[in-house]
Amino acid sequence: MVKEIFIEIGLITRFAGRFFRELIKPQLEFSEFVRQCFFIGNKSLSLVGITAFIMGLVITIQSRPTLVEFGAEAWLPKMVSVSLVREIAPVITALICAGKIGSGIGAELGSMKVTEQIDAMYVSGTNPYKFLVVTRVMATTLMIPILAIMADGVSLYGGYLGANIHGIVSWDLYWNQVFDTLVFGDVLPSIIKTFFFGYVIGIIGSYKGFNSNRGTEGVGQSANSAVVISSLLVFIIDLLAVQITDVLNLN
Amino acid sequence: MDGTAVNTNIFTKPDRDAVITIRNLYKSFGDNKVLNGLDLDLYRGENMVVLGKSGSGKSVLIKIIIGLMRPDNGSVHVLNHDICQLNSSQLDKMRVKVGFLFQSNALYDSMTVRENLEFPLRRHWIKTTKEEVNRLVMEALKNVGLPHTVDMMPSELSGGMRKRIALARTLILKPEIILYDEPTTGLDPITGKEISHLMLDIQKKYNTSSIIISHDINCVKIVANRIVMLIDGKCEATGTYHELSISKDNRVKQFFE
Repeated sequence: MVKEIFIEIGLITRFAGRFFRELIKPQLEFSEFVRQCFFIGNKSLSLVGITAFIMGLVITIQSRPTLVEFGAEAWLPKMVSVSLVREIAPVITALICAGKIGSGIGAELGSMKVTEQIDAMYVSGTNPYKFLVVTRVMATTLMIPILAIMADGVSLYGGYLGANIHGIVSWDLYWNQVFDTLVFGDVLPSIIKTFFFGYVIGIIGSYKGFNSNRGTEGVGQSANSAVVISSLLVFIIDLLAVQITDVLNLN
Repeated sequence: MDGTAVNTNIFTKPDRDAVITIRNLYKSFGDNKVLNGLDLDLYRGENMVVLGKSGSGKSVLIKIIIGLMRPDNGSVHVLNHDICQLNSSQLDKMRVKVGFLFQSNALYDSMTVRENLEFPLRRHWIKTTKEEVNRLVMEALKNVGLPHTVDMMPSELSGGMRKRIALARTLILKPEIILYDEPTTGLDPITGKEISHLMLDIQKKYNTSSIIISHDINCVKIVANRIVMLIDGKCEATGTYHELSISKDNRVKQFFE
């Protein structure tokens, strides 16, 4: 069991490393990359937006009673904005994308593998890794940070509405407090880590799909394990990111 | 024309050069020896059918020829290139001259018929203008009798139509060799016969050389210039449909009964 896990880690690492070798080779599949950006970005927009809005609203409503108890209700926008921008919005976005995009890539490529469409690309003289994997991983790496930035904005707006349910906080006051609180060290690391989230979601989905077997059952397993492994890796990257920002004194 | 008439194309191998030469080919999966010292020649303009039981290594053979699998031992020369010595870009160039029709058709289901046919053209930058690409796509579709499907999705097509579109995609690069993996499997007898005649027309029109993997004896009868029996990983019997159908060898005879 342990040996199998290490073999799997080795294979994933080799698959992930191949991405950079293929990326620098000429003839970027630009139209396929743009198509994937549309699917990954545009099609996830509403789901990420709704979830981020609800998270902002809920976090604000739930935080308020504790702050009221300490007479620190005025700190609500400050506390909520740091929680949302540093942690909640990027991680929730990544987890939603792991579920929606990671499983989609795993199932799509897995289905292409078992119906010999990937072999058909080889015999057409096309490198399927370059056409299918590089474009999808580039798209997830680029789109998930954009979705996370959008999620930051929407969740903060949710927070504004949450703050006004039991009290009155003006639009200007709320946003002034948010922008006074957030500093470079809060925003930049949270955006940087979303590039890594996007990369692992794309790589794991592609790896699982590309190595799918055993027919339709294998396709289901590929989609399922793509979600499980990429979600786990999102948390591991988040853990590493917080350690690094701690060492750099950015927390 | 009688639908099951034997292919009577005059074919005399000494006058023609071999486009595929396989010598001493071995391939195993664990302890299962699938190909066990196989020798084979495919001559220019020939339709050669490979017959054998399920699991006898027929599909493995053509996947080795196209470079989708590596043999354990032996040599495979395709159009004078040793495919085991080619790097990936050389293999891609060689594959332009070798078409492969998959058993499952392997049409890209997220693309329209037009995009499926354009795909190999765009990969190889064979025709760069839109008009030329469109002309080749329509020509390939007319060859298989389905020009009206150009903007349809593969999921909207019947099994026989999908097979024809897959054949059109294979033909669009004008290959010198076509490898057919069970081209009539899963089709009704009438559609199977139509596909078999289409394969015969392609051979006559483009002078292609083909290896056809098939269990469908009606298809074999229509398309084969020569039949090779794959038994225990080797070519054990070779001949025309007529020669093998009167064979005394029980292992051969049972296929023609």
